[in-house]
Amino acid sequence: MKVIYVLWLREVKRYLRSRVQIIASLGNPILYLLVLGFGLGPVFKRAGNGDYLQFIAPGIIGMSILFTSIFSGIGLLWDRQFGFLKEMLVAPVSRMQIMIGRTLGGSTVAVIQGLLITAVCLGAGFRPTHWTAIPLALGFMVLIAINFAALGMAIGSGLQDMQGFQLIMNFLVMPIYFLSGALFRLDDTKSVLKLITRVDPLSYGIDGMRNAFGNPNVTFDPRYDTLILGVVGLAFIVFGAYRFSKIEA
Amino acid sequence: MIRVRNLVKKFDKLTAVDDVSFDVEAGEIFAFLGPNGAGKTTTIKMLTTLLHPTSGTIELDGLDPQTHQHQARQRFGIVFQDPSLDGDLTAWENLQIHAVLYHVPGKIARQRAEELLKLFELWERRNDLVKKFSGGMKRRLEIARGFLHTPRILFLDEPTLGLDPQSRNQLWTHVKGVNEAEKVTVFLTTHYMDEADRVAHRIGVIDHGKLVAQGTPQEIKERTNTQSLEDAFLALTGSTIREESAGAADQMRQFARMWSKR
Repeated sequence: MKVIYVLWLREVKRYLRSRVQIIASLGNPILYLLVLGFGLGPVFKRAGNGDYLQFIAPGIIGMSILFTSIFSGIGLLWDRQFGFLKEMLVAPVSRMQIMIGRTLGGSTVAVIQGLLITAVCLGAGFRPTHWTAIPLALGFMVLIAINFAALGMAIGSGLQDMQGFQLIMNFLVMPIYFLSGALFRLDDTKSVLKLITRVDPLSYGIDGMRNAFGNPNVTFDPRYDTLILGVVGLAFIVFGAYRFSKIEA
Repeated sequence: MIRVRNLVKKFDKLTAVDDVSFDVEAGEIFAFLGPNGAGKTTTIKMLTTLLHPTSGTIELDGLDPQTHQHQARQRFGIVFQDPSLDGDLTAWENLQIHAVLYHVPGKIARQRAEELLKLFELWERRNDLVKKFSGGMKRRLEIARGFLHTPRILFLDEPTLGLDPQSRNQLWTHVKGVNEAEKVTVFLTTHYMDEADRVAHRIGVIDHGKLVAQGTPQEIKERTNTQSLEDAFLALTGSTIREESAGAADQMRQFARMWSKR
């Protein structure tokens, strides 16, 4: 237990100490929020779907959680060769503890990041229907973070070089984001696209947040969102733990 | 303390370690020498439970690292070729996490961390972030960390690579100090023959995965009829340069050099 705690604490401390990175990591979401929120807003409104800013705010929050959490896992690649991970792998503790400590640490950091973006969105004019929505949305943020931190661990455990990292970025992380319904309504999707959006776990996370925030453009029941995220998250954790146990340093 | 018999490691077609047998006595400093790609790091990885041997047996302090992985790990410390400190944490925090990973009780951990930091001349800098340390200081901290859980054996894989003579000298003085004070067995690899000659009690020379000589530095020089260990090494392993194809780790090392401010 203590091992998990110190590894979690390490991730959180590292995050809180990298002030410059925290500020830099806000740049991308803010850009999306402003460009899409204010730029495409009128088009969205003309299509009769209401205020686009209210619609994409949960999407942008989901995006920053996705990136932060999945990178914490993919960072294994670097950490294994030049970092502290090597030290952990020869320590007399089980891989399972290391994996859980790191996944929880990465998720915590991602949730903090998500809350920061929530604050930015509120500043930009995003308004939940009720303030009690925030704790409910927080629950979905935690679920998204754990899902993708665990998936990141599974991927990071198998990566061998930097080219692999690029590949994952372009063919997995970006599609997960763009096909999640963060930017468009899932209800309007057809055929293949519809199928892909239904396979993407982030779709349910963002839909869950929209439910929590009281946005009318939702596709699923929030209980269904929770169930899917829970089941998929559990599968990712098992998968991540398995892959992590196979690392040869 | 370390007992290796007929150790073999094969990667696909390549035999990296080929029927190697040697013993390291308790309290001894043993230098494992060999050209690039000779099988040094692969041997260390097998000794430290990171790789499974294809065949052969290893005993560390009487334990088989394959069947008693955790007990074996508790008994050794290791300093890798590549840094394994957390640069975003302080020297003190790095040691405290190590203590938790090795189940050292809090009070003992604090005492021992203080002792070691003072010994390795890092006590004044204990609350500084490790990324602000020089190469030599980082190395010293890693070695101090390796000693933290009072291991019976310390493995050092090219610990002085890239350090200036002053730092190297100081580092070996400290390692020898702890070796004498705590009777820790030290197993090291290095490319600096003068170091091995000065520090090691006994030496093993490996080439193409085979152990080609072992004995005290004096014995090895006498056997090859040479004046210095460097000449003896060249006499044993020849002067052909070993061309290693760069693996993923080397590519990343290059990348790391590009980005680190040196």
